[in-house]
Amino acid sequence: MLTLQFVPYSEIKKLDSDAKVTKLLNLVKEDKIVLVEGRLKATEETELIQKTMEGINKSFKGIELCTIYPHVKNEKTYEKLTRTMAALLTGVKSGLTVIGPATVIKEIKRDPNKIQLLTTNGLNRRRTLRLKGKR
Amino acid sequence: MIKKFQSFFKNIFSKIFRKKKHIKLGLYGPPNAGKTTLANKISQDWLGENVGTVSKIPHETREIQVKEKIEIKGKGGKAITFNLVDTPGIATRIDYEDFLKFKLTKAEAKKRAKEATKGVIEAIKWLDSMDCVVVVLDSTLNPYSQVNLTIIGNLAAREIPVIVIGNKIDLKKAKIKSIENAFPQYKVLGVSAEKGINIEEFYESLFEVIR
Repeated sequence: MLTLQFVPYSEIKKLDSDAKVTKLLNLVKEDKIVLVEGRLKATEETELIQKTMEGINKSFKGIELCTIYPHVKNEKTYEKLTRTMAALLTGVKSGLTVIGPATVIKEIKRDPNKIQLLTTNGLNRRRTLRLKGKR
Repeated sequence: MIKKFQSFFKNIFSKIFRKKKHIKLGLYGPPNAGKTTLANKISQDWLGENVGTVSKIPHETREIQVKEKIEIKGKGGKAITFNLVDTPGIATRIDYEDFLKFKLTKAEAKKRAKEATKGVIEAIKWLDSMDCVVVVLDSTLNPYSQVNLTIIGNLAAREIPVIVIGNKIDLKKAKIKSIENAFPQYKVLGVSAEKGINIEEFYESLFEVIR
């Protein structure tokens, strides 16, 4: 059975980078596909990769990771400024981060407008998440 | 008081000159993008020796490899000297079974996988010490992989100058335009490290980034 777990931004916003990455990775190690509201910082992503590498063993082969965020077309300067200020004050909660175990997710295919999760749970089922977004 | 001033200025000057003398140019990217092939090309052109071995099997480079004091010369007599740092490919998953497809024995595959995980960690640890990074991508593959975005995002966060290379442009499947579309904020250069295509342009672009 495929388990998706949603982690709201409010659940991780007060955690420091180390605690945040550890929490998310522990969920992934339970064979769950984790959908995180918002994005990790670039440095947190590398921390996640480092911890993933440290944790690789017979049963845990690594992760698949994908981040997308809303693509804002023709954004005016003041709108961009407002969005940036809001992000600075409240954190980066726009977008979505998908993290799953490599043993469950065979591949994440992405282009600027959609992501596809190809899972390997016996039936090689394909889940397609179509989200308007960029990266 | 005078001694404090002397020490202050000594520190500043030593930092400036240390930075100028020991520029670290890192090659980063996913496995099998051609980082070591490019490192070998640079090192062969200016030192006449290789940096490391290359292979079709992913994670051939599993340790940081440094070639010191490479001096490249450009148009108009300009020259720069740097230490070239070839890094293991960064990946989010490493499964020894993937190496079995390349006819490695189970023991060899497991050893390679274990070394590869350490290599990824080392590559990430070295990021902070780089003065300039060449991100080497395979131009025949979709550039929107999270590893690519993570590497480039980290370099941007650390304000490290970046050149993005789309390698393997000699291959039919190469799509340099898709890399340019993925990273419009960076200079993207299509090269073939193996065939030496556009290498002179690559050297010229180094002069623009390394100062």
